[in-house]
Amino acid sequence: MIQVENLHKKFGKNVVLAELELHIDQGGIFAVLGPNGSGKTTLIKTVLGMVLPNKGTISVMDSSVRDKWKYRQDINYLPQIANFPGNLKVKELIAMIKDIRQKPSDELKLIGLFGLESFLDKKLSNLSGGTKQKVNIVLAFMFNSPLIILDEPTNGLDPLALIRLKELIFEEKAKGKTFLITSHIMQFVEEVSDQIVYLLEGKIYFKGSIEELKTKTGQSNFEHAIAAISTHNNHD
Amino acid sequence: MPLRLYQPTTIMIKILKYSFYDLMRSRWSYVYFLFYLLLGFVLLFLNNELSKAVITLMNVIIVLVPLIGIIFGVMYYYNSKEFTELLLAQPIKRSSIFLGQYFGVAGSLTVSLVLGLGIPFILYGLFQSNAIWDFSLLLITGAFLTLIFTAVAFNIALANENKIKGFGYAVLAWLFLAVIYDGLFLMSLIVFEDYPLDNLSLIATMFNPIDLSRTLILLKLDISALLGYTGAIFKQFFGTNLGLFMSIFMLFLWTIIPIWRLGYVSKRKDF
Repeated sequence: MIQVENLHKKFGKNVVLAELELHIDQGGIFAVLGPNGSGKTTLIKTVLGMVLPNKGTISVMDSSVRDKWKYRQDINYLPQIANFPGNLKVKELIAMIKDIRQKPSDELKLIGLFGLESFLDKKLSNLSGGTKQKVNIVLAFMFNSPLIILDEPTNGLDPLALIRLKELIFEEKAKGKTFLITSHIMQFVEEVSDQIVYLLEGKIYFKGSIEELKTKTGQSNFEHAIAAISTHNNHD
Repeated sequence: MPLRLYQPTTIMIKILKYSFYDLMRSRWSYVYFLFYLLLGFVLLFLNNELSKAVITLMNVIIVLVPLIGIIFGVMYYYNSKEFTELLLAQPIKRSSIFLGQYFGVAGSLTVSLVLGLGIPFILYGLFQSNAIWDFSLLLITGAFLTLIFTAVAFNIALANENKIKGFGYAVLAWLFLAVIYDGLFLMSLIVFEDYPLDNLSLIATMFNPIDLSRTLILLKLDISALLGYTGAIFKQFFGTNLGLFMSIFMLFLWTIIPIWRLGYVSKRKDF
């Protein structure tokens, strides 16, 4: 699904990704974790073509992403900060993204799922942070794409919406979709993810299942295992 | 497959349309529109004569349009940053996004300018007056200045992640072209007064879109006699078809180069 080879990226003098190798197979939920500033968002953005690598190649579904844009037709992306043009209404924003992508979509089901019916005629600037995030989720899930990338999807969601989001993720996974998810909520990661990709200092420090991580660190609790893996490195 | 080739352009037009609608509903577009509407009525009321009002209007437009264009452009770019990121993740070419947004901003500013000034002048009987050509030239120059300074604004904002710096450079760029440039120009004329400076001043005028617009309008209004010897030289050049062609060509260059650079830089930037 995604092949990343020898990826280098630096911003000024700050090396964010160094010789990063990552292979992600089709199907399943991959959680990209790591301490703040470890390059999670940068990695996701290079896959999306928003950040241009200094060195290395990335291919999504067997085609290189460099200077290309059509491959993004197969990717749904949920950005970290949900901020939209304030003067547009919710339904206008949805119509606009549909208009741009020209792909069949099932936004009605998602609008019902997150209870957004009464907000459709409201301007985006008048929505609360949580409601904006729900709109963000509708935009990210309304198209049928094989790869779905979620950057902090739980931000600002109420418990009911969070349950709906998890259901939605499992439903799409059952259809054979591939997910890349970043999150700081370890409970959420533990519940949804099949594989953990742990980034540290611009490299993949660990890739495997939650069980493998627990065995490797000798911790029985996932949250402690994640904490252990980052401190473990400091003693090396 | 000829249809596919046009796809980036149609998407650019879609983004333009949405940016335009978005701005047309924002308070600032109305403030800008109402300001020109008011200015038009007040000037006509005070001057009581169309051609005199056109001259006063020129002095306002030449300074104000670039300022609004550059500030509004920078503001729009920074305000729509997250939205731009959403678009960047869509299957769209980068240049379509930025050019679409740019033409949306520049277009809505131009509409505010043309309608805001057009309505009072038309009500006052512009079509029966012979000032119509001067007035049209004024609006065309205003549109050019909007296009130029909005493009400069987008270039500045693209190069500066920091909003405060971006706004600072934008104001400096405006200050330089609207005020400081003329000061330096005049000083150089005084310092080098013993040398023939006709060509130098012609060229210096060409390199500043604000000066270029001012000269173009002043000469069209035929008050170049007020400018003395320099005016005569300018009239000799700008008054001819070649001069008119050259200055419009320069305004085009001033518009196209920053727009082209916008596409070029956006392709190589990390978001």
